[in-house]
Amino acid sequence: MKLPDKRCDMAAAVARIKDGATVMVGGFGVPGTPMALIHALVDHGARDLTLIKNDANEPGMGLDHLLQSGQVTRLITTHLGLNSHAIDLMNSGRIKVEFNAQGMLAERIRAGGAGIGAVLSDIGIGTELAEGKQVVEVDGKPHLVETALRADFALIHADRADTFGNLAYVATARNFNPLMAMAATHVIVEAETVTPLGALDADAVHTSGVFVDHVTELGALSKEYAVVQR
Amino acid sequence: MIARASREIASGMVVNLGIGLPTKVIDHLPADFPVCLHTENGLTGIGPTLPPDQADRNLIDAGGAYVSTVPGSAFFDSATSFAMVRSGRLDLTMLGAFEVSSQGDLANWKIPGKFSPGVGGGIELAQKARRVVVLTTHTDRAGNPKLKDECTLPLTARGCVSRIFTEMAVIDVTPKGYALVEIAEGISLAEVREATGAPLTIPDTTRPVF
Repeated sequence: MKLPDKRCDMAAAVARIKDGATVMVGGFGVPGTPMALIHALVDHGARDLTLIKNDANEPGMGLDHLLQSGQVTRLITTHLGLNSHAIDLMNSGRIKVEFNAQGMLAERIRAGGAGIGAVLSDIGIGTELAEGKQVVEVDGKPHLVETALRADFALIHADRADTFGNLAYVATARNFNPLMAMAATHVIVEAETVTPLGALDADAVHTSGVFVDHVTELGALSKEYAVVQR
Repeated sequence: MIARASREIASGMVVNLGIGLPTKVIDHLPADFPVCLHTENGLTGIGPTLPPDQADRNLIDAGGAYVSTVPGSAFFDSATSFAMVRSGRLDLTMLGAFEVSSQGDLANWKIPGKFSPGVGGGIELAQKARRVVVLTTHTDRAGNPKLKDECTLPLTARGCVSRIFTEMAVIDVTPKGYALVEIAEGISLAEVREATGAPLTIPDTTRPVF
């Protein structure tokens, strides 16, 4: 038996994303943000996208390219504090933004990836983040129904992948990537290195290749991946 | 104030330091002090902040600062990170504030029409850390008290704040409202009362000065 080879051309993989799609994008700040896949999506040009990402990176970086190009209708996120451009788009009504408590965004995605319909939590009760959410009582205490999130596509950055799509992340570039890699119908991975089968130790795999559809190797990294000079 | 707040961290604690003033607290602890720092983006065991030329591009804290690891550090995903927060593994969090109420309500994430970047992990930290203390200036830039009877801004969490450190005083939130614990050197009782927007209980005992 041999595990299938999922290597493919990045542009061809991203070309599957249609107008109106929902797309999860890994990363927290620069670490773990799939910069090359984002550029490929800008080049592909699909519009009316709903994006799910922890943050919107910084002006002129990462997710901001998709905001600049006008391809985004809606953004589900936790914090835009480092991207004044994203805040301007939100305040002027050009994109709709849904804010989540950060851990609840993670948990909603985890639920989506685990085949669960929703999770219950008391986070945000008594704040405006609870507005409009269904409340159920468990053990006499109110809980909000936090519905699971799934996407049509997930764009994932990994440090290492093998040809089957087993993935390993490094340092704080892990963040939302392993959660999103489980929660989308089509999962596209950019990896800094793609190794032959067997080169990635089975115990070192963070995301099983079962969740992954397409793997592409990055080659030389663009300067967008580098340490941000502030 | 920051040096005083650093004494809030006890040996053996797991601590999350919010963005801004709180992150400076760690500079006042000895390098070998036994404490585990947590950051929301997936690291326990935060080491010193590094300048750009020494930074690892994949290693930041939740505020975007380039940090390092210490022997025994661990990385994990965002769901695991907040599992730690919600299940009560954080002994202490130190957060900034726009407003605090005398019942311990905290508002620190949104000023409608002016500042609305999103809440990030703030709600979970405020609601679920075992102890929440606030580091803030006593008044805002216009001189208005940040310590009030009731918050007017959107809340982060209700009844979460135990203690407030400002440049003027250390104040506890008690069932009877604000109670002065310590006062800064050179500050008078009248000045603290004037800058506080709600009644302040003054203990009969000697007030330590910090």
